[in-house]
Amino acid sequence: MVRLAQKAFYPGRIPFPFLHIDTTYKFPEMIEFRDQFCREIGVELIVHTNQRAIDQGANPHRLGTQACCGLLKTRALLDALEQGGFDAAFGGARRDEEKSRAKERIFSFRDKFGQWDPRNQRPEPWNLYNCRVHRGESIRVFPLSNWTELDVWLYIYTEEIPVVPLYFAKSRPVVTRGRSLVLADHIDSVLPGEEPILASCRMRSLGCVPCTGAIYSDAATLPEIIRELLSFQRSERENRVIDHDQDGSMELKKREGYF
Amino acid sequence: MGVASGAAPDFDDFVHQVVSKELLRFFTAGNVDDGKSTLIGRLLYDSQAIYEDQLVNMRRPGFPAGESAIDFAFLTDGLRAEREQGITIDVAYRFFSTPKRQFIIADTPGHEQYTRNMATGASTASLAIILIDGRNGVLLQSRRHAFIASLLGVSHMVVAVNKMDLVDFSERRFDEIRTDFSKFAAPLQIKDTCFIPISALHGDNVVHRSERMPWFDGPTLLGYLESVHIASDRNLAEMRFPVQYVIRTNDGFRGYAGPLVSGILQTGDEVMVLPSRIVTRIQSMHTYEEELERALPPIALTVTLAEELDVGRGAMLVHPVHAPRVSRVVDARLVWMTERPLDNNASYLVKHTTQIVGARVRDVRYRMNVNTLEKEPSNQLALNDIGAVTLVCHKSLFYDAYKRNPATGSLILIDPITNETAAVGMITGIQTGEVLATTMGTRTGPVKEQERSARCGHKPAIICVRDNSPLVQRLERLLFDRGCFVHTVEEVGEPAEILRLVKILNAAGLITIWSTPESSRDQVEAAAQLAGIESFIAVEEADARRGEEEAARSVCVGLEDQGVIPPATATD
Repeated sequence: MVRLAQKAFYPGRIPFPFLHIDTTYKFPEMIEFRDQFCREIGVELIVHTNQRAIDQGANPHRLGTQACCGLLKTRALLDALEQGGFDAAFGGARRDEEKSRAKERIFSFRDKFGQWDPRNQRPEPWNLYNCRVHRGESIRVFPLSNWTELDVWLYIYTEEIPVVPLYFAKSRPVVTRGRSLVLADHIDSVLPGEEPILASCRMRSLGCVPCTGAIYSDAATLPEIIRELLSFQRSERENRVIDHDQDGSMELKKREGYF
Repeated sequence: MGVASGAAPDFDDFVHQVVSKELLRFFTAGNVDDGKSTLIGRLLYDSQAIYEDQLVNMRRPGFPAGESAIDFAFLTDGLRAEREQGITIDVAYRFFSTPKRQFIIADTPGHEQYTRNMATGASTASLAIILIDGRNGVLLQSRRHAFIASLLGVSHMVVAVNKMDLVDFSERRFDEIRTDFSKFAAPLQIKDTCFIPISALHGDNVVHRSERMPWFDGPTLLGYLESVHIASDRNLAEMRFPVQYVIRTNDGFRGYAGPLVSGILQTGDEVMVLPSRIVTRIQSMHTYEEELERALPPIALTVTLAEELDVGRGAMLVHPVHAPRVSRVVDARLVWMTERPLDNNASYLVKHTTQIVGARVRDVRYRMNVNTLEKEPSNQLALNDIGAVTLVCHKSLFYDAYKRNPATGSLILIDPITNETAAVGMITGIQTGEVLATTMGTRTGPVKEQERSARCGHKPAIICVRDNSPLVQRLERLLFDRGCFVHTVEEVGEPAEILRLVKILNAAGLITIWSTPESSRDQVEAAAQLAGIESFIAVEEADARRGEEEAARSVCVGLEDQGVIPPATATD
């Protein structure tokens, strides 16, 4: 998405800041990558955390994923958008990720509480986007709506776009928890009674450490990742615990203002 | 950083192959029980585009494992309300690819209540799959679906006769439906229509050829989707470049970013800037990757012009000879999208290319009965209605007929109070007088329009007033006294002929008062619209009746508002 923005405004600079909602449960490799990347391309980075909730002890183990996401991602995002006075925000969500996202607009209207009303979306003919909002309301814009996971990796390959090293396979300590493979080399990620083992694995999607599983993989280069994708039998968000806490859980989160 | 590359050259070939695969966007339309979601599920399942963990969610409880236990509709109905009610409410987009092509499916709801959602899905599609239940044959709904597809300019149509298993795979039944549909669809002018007998539930003729219909020698549905000729009928003659954004950099670069939606652009080309009509040249063209000498649509790029001009978002660079129409008056077919019906007295916002302008619907010419394809007189459009209207905008739009150029022929109407998208519109062309418009291109002589305006102290304009009214006399005097070059034309004859005369006066920089009989008012306005006359003021009968003094002053205010004449000073 950053590359698309660079292209769109070339030879000018990207005229808007970048916002990261940091739950403090993100992968350290990702944070390191974020800071270095933003420095290199010279954009303004705003990092927002719902510190109040963290101070009160919000974490996924204690609250469950639903409440935790609600506070650390959704609430934090809505607060950050309000504080910055932003009436539009770009996001990288794609329609092929999840079935309620397949219904999402490219320009998705949110009311003044940041809520999505899937039954009352603005029609979106051609590329004539209706981006008018009243004060306090906002638009989420998803330029990658019609891309697939494969499209994204092909683009990363052809454009030589840097990515977080966690996407490449290497031998890492992991524990198996339920249906997930959890990376064991991060603080607090191993629960009492769990015994980490070494396995060649990589991340297919990057959420919060406790809620994002790795996959067994030997794909250590972009061509290997792309070949692996072509052979996949399972979807990318399968390893996101938060999508599976109940039927339609992504739709419910989005209704409340989740990206 | 994490760039890993260094792949074998054959991998690059492979990537190139995948990336350059042709993309076909299509939409599916069918009634509630025609099996549309089942068909899409079948296409995805048989072409292996469904992941195992997604299949788990599609298993019907209580069925033994195996294909029959899969509820394909669960895959496409992404909203809880849809799964609960077992119907599709909103458009869902699905993606799959085969070794030959990539596909984007817009799964659109079939019920009349969701006509607007279908129009939305159809707007970006180049092919429509119309599903018909083999038992029920061509219903009113099938006709409506085909009509909407044609309205949105979809040029390829597949009529998939589904549930053939329930009509004993009968060739006769299939032929009956084909004949019925063809009879009805003839006036819709769809470029090509293909009929395929299928069973989505069992997979016959969807991806795999059916052994139960040996009499059918046409392609399977997927076979057709993979091979139908879609090499786009791109419009390469009429260059249109709507300006989205002005890009400036610290080192003095000033360029205009936007999409080239039609036509070819080369450095050094003469282009006309709208609305100013100034003709200049393309100096350079830039993309992130390279500087271009030549650009073909569709591409987004940044151009610089040979002269420093006042160009911003909403302006358009166009071919100086093959220019679009420039007018505040626009004829369009609308699909009404909101619960709140069309209100002739309300103001709307029109979004067209990169412009948003205020507008009013002057009149509804007819409403389409989507089931019979008959035009019905109406002055109203309600939710899901399709009708033809005349819009009067506060500023000129630069447009082509939708059929000719969808990018410059489409618009949406926004309700400025609720901000809802009230309607989508396809601009229609006026057939009569088409020749007139093209033969009256603006002559570009040594003296530029701005130079004339500078000497006159005002821009040219045409004011249309009912003949013999005292207003004509009063207005000419008033404008003359304000220092304007003004003249009145009172000729009688074909409006197109008189327009020619008026156009010449206009080109000379004059403000022309055109006195016409009331009866030919519409013709005059249409002709002016065709000729691309920018500042055209028609004095409404109601205004004229308020007395010539007030009416004349109100015309002057109108001219000031449009920037034709400078604002009156205190001594005027």
